[in-house]
This record gives sequence, structure tokens and C-alpha cells, in this order.
Amino acid sequence: MSMALLDLANPSRFLALAERLLPWLAGVTALAFAIGLHLAYGAPDDYQQGATVKIMFIHVPSAWLGMFAWALMSIAALGTLVWRHPLADVAAKAAAPIGAAFTFVCLVTGSLWGRPMWGTYWVWDARLTSVLLLFLMYLGLIALWRTVEEPSRAARAAAILTLVGAINLPIIKFSVDWWNTLHQPASVMRIGGPSIYPTILVPLLVMALAFTLLFVTLHIAAMRNEILRRRVRTLMLMQAQAAPGSRS
Amino acid sequence: MNPIINLGPHAAFIIAAYVVAVMVIAALFAWITLDHRAQKRRLDALEARGVTRRSDRSIEKTA
Repeated sequence: MSMALLDLANPSRFLALAERLLPWLAGVTALAFAIGLHLAYGAPDDYQQGATVKIMFIHVPSAWLGMFAWALMSIAALGTLVWRHPLADVAAKAAAPIGAAFTFVCLVTGSLWGRPMWGTYWVWDARLTSVLLLFLMYLGLIALWRTVEEPSRAARAAAILTLVGAINLPIIKFSVDWWNTLHQPASVMRIGGPSIYPTILVPLLVMALAFTLLFVTLHIAAMRNEILRRRVRTLMLMQAQAAPGSRS
Repeated sequence: MNPIINLGPHAAFIIAAYVVAVMVIAALFAWITLDHRAQKRRLDALEARGVTRRSDRSIEKTA
């Protein structure tokens, strides 16, 4: 097991594995979405919310993945700061735009669900504000990686910022229990089990699986791109150093 | 199952939510695909000019 992890720490081995895995992952993701969307299409309307409950099948998985991506980046941040794993910063940097995109989908679909159900697109309560803060932190991190040119310096600063930002994750999760909000409390991951009827819960879980597979597929592809980008940078530096008139 | 789905009085909100999700996922997919092509093109151009990594050169020597 540890040898397999060490093998994956080698970027060349990771690239070879990614090339083999990506077509299969893309196929399984497409299949999961086909089943999930079919089940979502056939799911009954909610007795209170009517057909708007169909927004839940994209809103909830997006919210989970927005938080999951930051949790993944926090583990990668530890990998950068503590273990200096060669792929840790690559994994964190590749996850940030994907996490930001899912958080954006969560915010927009939540607003579109809120307008007919709550009578407003937005309220400045703890749940909505903490998710907006998560989105803004993603943008800040992406800006940081783009601003600092030297990857190792950017990695260290981004890792520290990511770990500080991880404080927001339990705030998002428990905000509906700690403060008054229009947002409903947890109805899937809760003590006592899910409070959603199986005809709606099963499509939701299948869609969550499909979104997670999509995240994994996009993340591996983005990591592959980031490794290639760093190789290009290294080669360009080597070319510049070898050029006539260079100091080295 | 009824082939024509009845989304009720709030159909516009439901359709808009799905359209936004599809557009964002499509944009992510396009960005990652185009970025991969761009990096491959830059890497190939550098290697064509003879700029290779030391590890690649050692592999060539042993081959």
C-alpha cells in the first residue's frame, strides 16, 4: 500500500496512470449521470415544494462537492507543509477551480430554489453567507496561485491560507443548527438517519455519486495539466539558462 | 412515466437551475480540455527544439 502511494508520488507514474484511468472514469461518470437524471426525472414532487424539489438533485451534490474540494485541499495543504509530497500542491491547485465552480452552482441553484420557496433569492443568514465566503476564498486562493510565480513559494502560502479557511467548513455544516435561518436543517447526513423519503433520497444519492465521479475525473485531468504546465516551466527555465549571454 | 414532464408553476426556476449547472460543467470541461492541448503543444514545441529534462536524457542513454 505504502509502495503504491510512493509510486503515485512520482509525477511521471501519475501521468501514465491518469492516461489509463481517465477514459474509464469519464465513461462511468456519464453512466452514473444517465441513471441519476433518469431517476430524478421520475422522482415524485414534494408535498410542500412541488416540482422545485428537482433543483435539490443538483444543488445538494454541488454543495457537498464545494465543501469536499476544500477538505481535499486542506489534506493536500498538510501534504505540502508537513510531508512535502511532490503532488500535494498540484492536487490542491487543480482542485480549487473545480471546487469554486461547484460552489458557484450551489449558490445559483440555491437562489433559484429560494425565490419560489422563500420569496427571496438571497438572505444574509449564516448558511448562505458562509457558503458565499467559501466561494470568495476559492477565488482568493486561485488569485494567489496566479500572482506568485515561483510554485514552491505559492504552494506554502496557499497551504497556510487553505488550512485557515478550513475553519469555515464546520461553520457551513452546523450553521443551520447554531443560528436562525431560512435554510432547512440537514436531512441526509444527520443523527437518526435521512429524513427524506426513498423515492427522492435514492435519486439524490445517485446524482451525488455522479457529481463525485465527475469531480474525480475533472480533478485527475486538471492535475495532469498542472504537471505538464510545471514541466513546460522547467524546460523554459533550462532553455533560458542555456541561451548564449545567460549568466549561468 | 409521462414523457412530457409537468414542472408546475415554477418551471422557469427549475429549468434555469439545470441550465446553469450544465453550462458551468461544460465550461469546466472545455477549460480542462483546451488547457491540456495547450500544455501538450508547448511541451512538444520545446522538445522539438531539443530542450528535454535530465531524467528524459538518462532514459534515452540507457535505451
